[in-house]
Amino acid sequence: MRKRYENPVVEGVARLMVPLIQIFGLYVITHGHYGPGGGFQGGVILAASLMLLRLTLGEEYEHRRFPPSLAVVLATSGMLLFVLAGLFPLAWGASYLNYAYLPIPGLPEPEVRYLGILIVEVGIGMAVWGTLVTLFDHLLGGEAQ
Amino acid sequence: MKWLEFLVPGLFLALLIYAEADLPERGDPEAAASVHVSPSYIERSIRDTKTPNMVTAVLADYRGYDTLGETLVIITAGLAVFLILPRIETPRSR
Repeated sequence: MRKRYENPVVEGVARLMVPLIQIFGLYVITHGHYGPGGGFQGGVILAASLMLLRLTLGEEYEHRRFPPSLAVVLATSGMLLFVLAGLFPLAWGASYLNYAYLPIPGLPEPEVRYLGILIVEVGIGMAVWGTLVTLFDHLLGGEAQ
Repeated sequence: MKWLEFLVPGLFLALLIYAEADLPERGDPEAAASVHVSPSYIERSIRDTKTPNMVTAVLADYRGYDTLGETLVIITAGLAVFLILPRIETPRSR
């Protein structure tokens, strides 16, 4: 169990930076349509914010707020979102991952594909986020209990 | 046998340099990679997907299978670590 890093400066800076890092991660995921970014990069940034919290505030506290099991659920549900975005068009008679046939009514085809890309990017972001937090939780050597 | 450690990479380097001479120039519009599907992606991506960043359109739409596989690789690594190397103590391991 990694202990709390008992230094007010480090803790204060971490508490100040983490919301900004997380907002930037969400921005990178959703801005993938217009510039560099996307699910992989944004997911890594979101995972980095949680790793910073775990290193500074200690795992005893952070595992209560964001338990390691939740990271696995997050990763697998992101993957599920991606797979479902592929399976829905299949049920509507199109090929796998053809976002034009996603069941979103009242929008022209390019906009449905635009939304399909967004859904898939969010799924990738959740999968990468959860996976990296899982790797961190289980691979990082900590001090002995 | 020490000379073998330098000979084998040296031969490989020579092979790579020899092969490099046949590669097309950087940014060559007549290169094989630029005449097959790239023009159609460049022309169609905004019309088809309303996405100004055509890298994203290719990554998530035209080449969605590839991205699905990449995500699957990442999540498989995470699940393998989760299942094989649990550092967080479970009641069974006490």
